[in-house]
Amino acid sequence: MTIRVNGTEVSPPDDARVSLLDLLREHLHLTGTKKGCDQGACGACTVLLDGNRVLSCLTLAAQAEGSDVRTIEGLAGEGDDLHMLQQAFVEYDGLQCGYCTPGQICSAIAMADELRRGDPSYVTRDIAASPPPVTRAEIRERMSGNLCRCGAHNGIVEAIEHMLRETAA
Amino acid sequence: MTKLQNAIVGGVRAVLGHVPASWLPGGTPDPLIDKRVALGRQQSRVDGPDKVRGAAQFAAEVPMDDLLYAAFVHSTIARGNIADLDVSAAEAAPGVALVMTYRNTPKLGVPPTVGLTNLKAAGNHTLPIMQDPEIRWNGQVVAVVLAETREQADHAATLVRVRYASAPARTRFEEGKNSAYTPESILVERNRLDKGDARRKLAEAAFKVDAVYKTPWENHNPIEPHAATIVWRDGKLIVHDATQMINATAGSLAKVFGLKADEVHVSSPYVGGGFGAKAMWDHQILGAAAAKLAGRPVRVTLSRASMHRLVGGRMRTEQRVALGADAEGRLKALLHHGYGVKPRHSVCDEGFSLTGRSLYASESFDVVQHYVDLDLLANSFMRGPGETPGTFAIECAMDELAHALGMDPIELRRRNAATRDAVSGAPHSQNAMMEAYDLGAARIGWSRRTAEPGSRREGEWLIGMGCASGTFPFTRMPGTSARITIDGNGDAHVASAAHEMGMGTATVQRQHAADRLGLPLDRVTVTIGDSSLPFASFAGGSSQTASLAAAVSAASGKLAVQLMRLAGNDTPLAGLKPSEVEFADGGLRSVDDPARHESFTSILRRAGRSELSAIGESGAPLEILKFSMHSTSAIFCELRVSDVTGEIRVDRLVGAFDCGRILNAKTAASQFKGGMIMGLGMALTEETLLDERTGRIMSTSLADYHVPVHLDVPDIDVLWTDIPDPRAPLGARGIGEIGTTGVAAAIANAVFNATGKRLRDLPLTLDKLI
Ligand code: FES
Ligand code: FES
Repeated sequence: MTIRVNGTEVSPPDDARVSLLDLLREHLHLTGTKKGCDQGACGACTVLLDGNRVLSCLTLAAQAEGSDVRTIEGLAGEGDDLHMLQQAFVEYDGLQCGYCTPGQICSAIAMADELRRGDPSYVTRDIAASPPPVTRAEIRERMSGNLCRCGAHNGIVEAIEHMLRETAA
Repeated sequence: MTKLQNAIVGGVRAVLGHVPASWLPGGTPDPLIDKRVALGRQQSRVDGPDKVRGAAQFAAEVPMDDLLYAAFVHSTIARGNIADLDVSAAEAAPGVALVMTYRNTPKLGVPPTVGLTNLKAAGNHTLPIMQDPEIRWNGQVVAVVLAETREQADHAATLVRVRYASAPARTRFEEGKNSAYTPESILVERNRLDKGDARRKLAEAAFKVDAVYKTPWENHNPIEPHAATIVWRDGKLIVHDATQMINATAGSLAKVFGLKADEVHVSSPYVGGGFGAKAMWDHQILGAAAAKLAGRPVRVTLSRASMHRLVGGRMRTEQRVALGADAEGRLKALLHHGYGVKPRHSVCDEGFSLTGRSLYASESFDVVQHYVDLDLLANSFMRGPGETPGTFAIECAMDELAHALGMDPIELRRRNAATRDAVSGAPHSQNAMMEAYDLGAARIGWSRRTAEPGSRREGEWLIGMGCASGTFPFTRMPGTSARITIDGNGDAHVASAAHEMGMGTATVQRQHAADRLGLPLDRVTVTIGDSSLPFASFAGGSSQTASLAAAVSAASGKLAVQLMRLAGNDTPLAGLKPSEVEFADGGLRSVDDPARHESFTSILRRAGRSELSAIGESGAPLEILKFSMHSTSAIFCELRVSDVTGEIRVDRLVGAFDCGRILNAKTAASQFKGGMIMGLGMALTEETLLDERTGRIMSTSLADYHVPVHLDVPDIDVLWTDIPDPRAPLGARGIGEIGTTGVAAAIANAVFNATGKRLRDLPLTLDKLI
C-alpha cells in the first residue's frame, strides 16, 4: 500500500522505524513540516492525516499507509496563492522565527473542524452546547499543544479567529 | 574581565566626559528620526509568505548528497575519566560509517571565546573538545556516531559502551557559595560599586527592606533544535548553521581547524528562534571534525536532551537586595549582592547587579556580584541577560518598600527615577520611564487596584495587580557593515551578514533603506544571513538593528559621494557638493532647490554603468561611553490566584516601553510581546532541574521544561512612548531583550497584592502558594 502525500502516491520506507515526520523531511524533502522535539511535546510536526491533526513525530510512516497526508506544502491552491489561514498569519503577524508556524497552521485547520463538529474541550462550560461557542479561551486551549517560543501567541489566536469568522459567514 | 579593562573603559569615559557631545555619533541627530515614509508603519514581514508555506529553509533542511547523520553519546558523570570505551558494537551496527571518540578525533584548537573585543570569536567555554578521556561536566559528548540514516545513527549510539572512573565533582550551589569568586568586571562595567557609605545609610534609614531573591537555571528552548549541515569541499569548510553569530562562528571554526578566514563559509538565512542559545557550542565543531574524518557531509540535529546537555542556559542566581528610604520614599541606600553559577570555563556574564545602578537615583550604593564555580556545563546569555534576573530582585524589593511605606508603587518609582546616570552622573541620551508608567497605568486601569493585599475576591479567586520597571542598555556594535547596490533599474539592494531569527531584520532594514534612499519599498531588497556578505557582528544585546542602521546610513553617504562623482558636470546637480544633495524620488536632488534632481538610472546610464555599490560601517560606539543610554519599560499585570489550588492565572499583561522610536509597529509589537511571554514563563513555570548529587540535568525535554502554552498567554497590550533617542541611529534603541525584563517582578508583585504572600523564589509554582 502507498501513502498519499498532498495528492501524490509515495511508497512507505523500507526501515519500519522511520517516523512520518522523517519520511516527509528526510526522504521526500518536504521540509515545511518541522521537527521541534521528536517526542510529542511541541506540535511543530503537526500534519493532517485523513483530515485529522496528528504529531508526525509520534506516527510511524507505516501507520500512514493507505491514508491521505496533507502538509503545509499542500494547503495552498495552485500557484502563489496562500490558504486563507496562511494569509491571516502574515496579516496578524502570527509568527516570528516561523519555525512553529507550519504546525500551528495545520493544527488550527483541523481544530476548526473539531469545533464545527461539536467536540468539547477542557474550557467548554456547557458540553451539551454544540457546537461550542468560539471564544479565545476555546482557541487557546485547543491550540495549547502547539508551542511557540518566540511568543507569537496573540497573533496566532487572532489569525485563527479571523479564519473562523470568515468561514462561519 | 580584568583590572586593565576597567582602567581602559574608565579612562575613555573620563576623556569623553570632556569631549563636546556634538562631536560624537549622533551629534547631528539622524534626519530619519522625523522624515519617515515606510518607517514606523505597520509592515508585514517580507519573509512571512515563505515561512507560512513552509518554504523558508532552515539549517537541517539543506539538501545534500551522500549525507551522514550524527548522533551524540553524552557522559553520565560530572567529573572523572573514561576508563573503558568499547565502540565495536556501534561500529558493526548497520549503516554506521564512523564512531568518533577522543581516540580518533582530529586535533582541535580551543575556539576563541565570545566577547566584545573579538567579533570573530564565538567560543562559549574554554575546555578542550573531545581531545582526552577527561570528563568535565555531566553531559559532555564522549562519542559521535555517523550513519547513513538518522535511525541507524540513533540506534548505534545506544551501543557505545563507556565505563567511567569518577572523581569528586562540585555540583551543589550552597557548597559552591563558600568558594565563590569575585570578578573585577561584569561585561564592560566594574563589578564592585561602593559609593556614598551605603551600609551606614541603610542602617540609619527610616524605612528599609532587606531580602533574598532567587531565580533558577533556565533554558532558551527555541522550537528549532540546534542544527548544522556541514561539508568539506576542496579544503574549505561549509556550514549551514542555525546561528545568531555567523561571522563569529566562521572565525572560530577557522581557528579550531587551522584554516584561513576565507576557508570557512557559514550560512544561516533563517534561525528558528535563538534568544541567546543559537551560538557556537560543541556540536558544530564535532560535526565538522567528524565530517572531515569520514570524508562526507554530515547533518547534526540535536535532540532536545542533547540541547540541554550541550548548550548552556541562564545561570541560577541568588540576590540579596536591601533598600533604605526616608519617610518620603527617597532612596538613601541600595545594596545589591548576589551569587550566580558561572563555572571557571564559562565566558558569559550575567550582570544582574547592573540593573539597580541605572534605574534609581539612590544616594548611596553597595553593589557586587560573585560567581559560583561548579563542574557544570558553561552558562550562556539568555534573553535580557543580567537585567532579567536583576529586575526580578530590584523590582520586587521596590514593591516591598512601597508596601512598607504605605505608598503607591508607581509613586515610589516616580520619586526615585534617575534623571541622569545615578552612578557616573552622565546625562541620559533620552529617558522617559515615568511616561511609560503613565501610559501603562492608564491602559490597565491601575486606579482599580486596591492597596490592601488580599482584598479583592471572586469566588475561590483572589485578584491582584502589580507593576515593575524593565530596563536594558543600548548597544551598537562597531564593525557591522552593509553594502548598498543600485542596479540599472534604479532599484536598491542591501546586503549584510546579519541574522534573522524572528526579529524582522530584513523587513525593518528594507523600510530603513527605502526611506534613506528615497525609494518606495518595492524597489528595495535586503539579503542577510551568509558570511560571504559584508561583515556583521552577532545578533545579541539588542544591538543588531542599531548597528545595521548605522552601517546602511554610512553606506548611503558613500553612495551619494560616488553618484555625484559619476554624475559629473552634465547633470542638474552639477556644482553641488555631496553635503548639498539628498536622496529623493529614486535619485539625488539639491537640498535647497528640489527641482534640481537626477535619478539613479539616469546617472548610471550616462556613466555607462550597470550598477554602483558602496559599503558602509558602524563606527566606534563612543556615544555609549559619554551618555547613559538605557531603554526602560513599565510592566503591568492583573491576575487571579486560586485559594484552593494555588493556581495563578494571568488575565492581563500590559507593557509600556520607552525605547526611542519604533521602526515597524507590527514587528515591534510582536517582539515586545514575545519577550514578555518569556518573562511570563520565567515567572510561572520555567526551571531547569539539576540533580545536585550527580550534576545531571533532569528536565531535558519540553514535557519537563515548561514554556508558556497558548492557554497561559492572555491578551497582551504593548504601548510605547515613541520619543526619539537623538543619539541612536533612526532615533531607535534596541527592543529585543527588554520585553523579558520586569515581567516576573510585576507578576510576583501582583501575586502579593492578590494574596498577601510575598514569593521571592522563581518560578511561582502552586506549591509555594498553598
Ligand atoms: S516534533 Fe513532534 S511534537 Fe515536537
Ligand atoms: S514563531 Fe518562533 S517558535 Fe513560533
